Amino acid sequence: MTSAPHVPSARQAERDAFRRRRTRRRVLAGVLSTVVVLGGLTAAVVTSPGWDRVRATYFDAGHARESFPLVRDAFWLNIRMFLLVEVLVLVVAVLVAVVRVVPAPFMTPFKILATIYTDLFRSVPTILVVLLVGFGFPALGLAGMPTSLFWLGAIALTLSYGAYVAEVVRAGILSVHPTQWASGRALGMSYGATLRHVVLPQALRRVTPPLVNDFVSLQKDTALLSTIGLVEGLRAASVYQAETFNFTSLCVAALFFVVTTVFVTRITDWFMIRQMRREAGA
Amino acid sequence: MTAMTSLPRSLGGLVAASALLLATACAPADEESDTASSGDASAACSVDSLPTVEKGTFTIATDDPAYEPWFSDNDPANGKGFESAVAYAVADRLGFGKDEVVWTKVPFNTAYQPGDKAFDVDVNQISITDERKQAVDFSAPYYEAAQAIIVLEDSEFADAKSLADLADAQLGAQIGTTSLKAIGQIEGAKQPRVYDDTTKAAEALRNGQVDGIVADLPSAFYLTAAEIDGSVIAGQFQVEGDATEAFGLLLEKGSKLTSCVDDAVESLREDGTLADLEQTWLAESANAPVLK
Amino acid sequence: MLHVKGLRKTFGDKVVLDDVDLDVAAGEVVCLIGASGSGKSTLLRCLDLLEQADDGDVWLGDTELTDPALDVDAARRRIGVVFQAYNLFPHLSVLRNVTLGQRKVLGRGRRESEARALELLDRVGLADRASAHPDALSGGQQQRVALVRAVAMDPELLLLDEVTSALDPMLVAEVLQVVRDLAASGQTIVMATHEMDFCREVADRVVFLADGRIVEQGPPEQMFTAPADERTRAFLARHLPAAG
Repeated sequence: MTSAPHVPSARQAERDAFRRRRTRRRVLAGVLSTVVVLGGLTAAVVTSPGWDRVRATYFDAGHARESFPLVRDAFWLNIRMFLLVEVLVLVVAVLVAVVRVVPAPFMTPFKILATIYTDLFRSVPTILVVLLVGFGFPALGLAGMPTSLFWLGAIALTLSYGAYVAEVVRAGILSVHPTQWASGRALGMSYGATLRHVVLPQALRRVTPPLVNDFVSLQKDTALLSTIGLVEGLRAASVYQAETFNFTSLCVAALFFVVTTVFVTRITDWFMIRQMRREAGA
Repeated sequence: MTAMTSLPRSLGGLVAASALLLATACAPADEESDTASSGDASAACSVDSLPTVEKGTFTIATDDPAYEPWFSDNDPANGKGFESAVAYAVADRLGFGKDEVVWTKVPFNTAYQPGDKAFDVDVNQISITDERKQAVDFSAPYYEAAQAIIVLEDSEFADAKSLADLADAQLGAQIGTTSLKAIGQIEGAKQPRVYDDTTKAAEALRNGQVDGIVADLPSAFYLTAAEIDGSVIAGQFQVEGDATEAFGLLLEKGSKLTSCVDDAVESLREDGTLADLEQTWLAESANAPVLK
Repeated sequence: MLHVKGLRKTFGDKVVLDDVDLDVAAGEVVCLIGASGSGKSTLLRCLDLLEQADDGDVWLGDTELTDPALDVDAARRRIGVVFQAYNLFPHLSVLRNVTLGQRKVLGRGRRESEARALELLDRVGLADRASAHPDALSGGQQQRVALVRAVAMDPELLLLDEVTSALDPMLVAEVLQVVRDLAASGQTIVMATHEMDFCREVADRVVFLADGRIVEQGPPEQMFTAPADERTRAFLARHLPAAG
């Protein structure tokens, strides 16, 4: 069965032509406003009286080339650090959040501790936690205390960000509908099994966007570890800057942070969209 | 009884001294401009023609207390300690006998403020900086700060004989300092830990997070004496190339003595006197051996 | 096998269940009918221990469910529940929704639990959707999966709480067909429902509740054709216009 191709009515042809014109106008408007706004901003910066000095001080190609390998080598520490800490933070956060939501009476002292922990470490500035852990822990001289600066830094960031993320995870757990608990329990699953297999997976999926937000923040805060003597990317850039009196190396370091942030964000976006598609059955 | 009378007496003395200083500080200012215009500096560099604050004596200022190893026993007039020794050597070059040197006390922070000075030179570990040069004169440097490695006294590196012995040490220094660059000059040294300030570097040393911290020698004397219990200076070394911190004798801005003092310091450097004094007072007696 | 005596439940001042007696024999299908708020759902929730009764005894076989020292999880293993809103786990595929309880509660292996799940899904015509996630299914399909999930646990007693109420009329039939098949296979079922025709066809006994009390009960023919109580008649007149 072949049918003759459909010939649109004259009115429909008019409608189509109108829509095409409108689309063209809209694209044009978009391009034009982009050029005007971004071009204007660029022009304003580039023609500003201090631009030459700014470019020489912050965006010097020679200094960029020279400092790039130094910053890159040091930034490897930031990457290793945040990859490790993100895993540790998730573990700590889930543990603390779970302790805070479970109703078991024997958990009471742990619930109190978990509450104090989140209150305390969310309010103390991260840089202080880094200093106190980085310098204070080893000063205690306890046996078994790690002396490696890398691990001390990891502990400090985990303590600080674990408290933040614990609250995010707890909010996620509380946001899972009570009927999900009921369904799990009705199947005969224990509280723990329901939490583990039904509630937590949904909670974590739900809090992924704020979680990524906290992780991006964490990635930047790996730079705080320079205060306890670790030469990470930003510190390597600062050393170069202090020697040359030129800020370009700092912009190079900024670039590394931007790239990792964009990379991590896109990966998570992609992951979440895939997940949503799968659940929607598309 | 004595305690009650001592206070008014010392107060009175202070007032009298201040008045005297003020008078002497103001009076010669006008005369000096006359002497300066007469002839070249070197010819004027004799005791009789030198327009010192007090004719015939050389008035040298320093802070109170005066610290080791720059001075000894808080007594600048005993000729012991590096700066005391340098001061007497300079006075000697200018033709002042030991008994013609008078010491006066001037706090470190006021020494380099602009204005008339009640001393001929101030010797007080004052670094020569462009900013300070706006307000005061400096002689040629009599000391260029060496870098020192501070370690805990029970450290395996405390007995280092050479820089090579420190190759395995994890060193740290403050960011933006010559000390940090200096670590790069130690052959085979590990990448240094970098700290925001010496307090944090000191804490890292106490914690064993670094084996040693590098600071300029003057800071190192202070750190080992006052800040870090149980620390010692393993040794000192000179940094090649870069301009390091240098101490100069401080004089009143536009002082007619500056060129004479300059010449005196230069001649002390040329004939090796400064190096000898440094070796005696800043290395041997200060227990900070020079590492090669 | 199920024995309820003097069951009472209040929410604040409101008495939701008042002196309810009910006995269900093995293999019996019991339909609870009554207006919204008559206590049908609360009764089911008390039977599954999701609500704690204020008084009265509930026995499942030799186990007293109202015993405060009861191992609740062990007891629930013997009872399957399907709710009005299909509470599938949205983060798991259909297959894993059905296997999760089998594996975590009954300790069945992966192979065994999947085989059982696929067999049951096939019976309700959803074997081909095993890998889909719940949100990709229609309401009727989701409710069929929920039934399969409950049945896969081989419950002694199956409680169905208005399992078709949230569905479009078009989808009700496919779910009821599954229930009909379960009843035919000998499954003991207590269900709260508004589907009078279905009750009449499938139930062994119909129980009418009003204001938290059992007003009258009996075989469907008797209940629907010759109800004894005035309130039953009034209720049926509203819900069975054809028979009224």
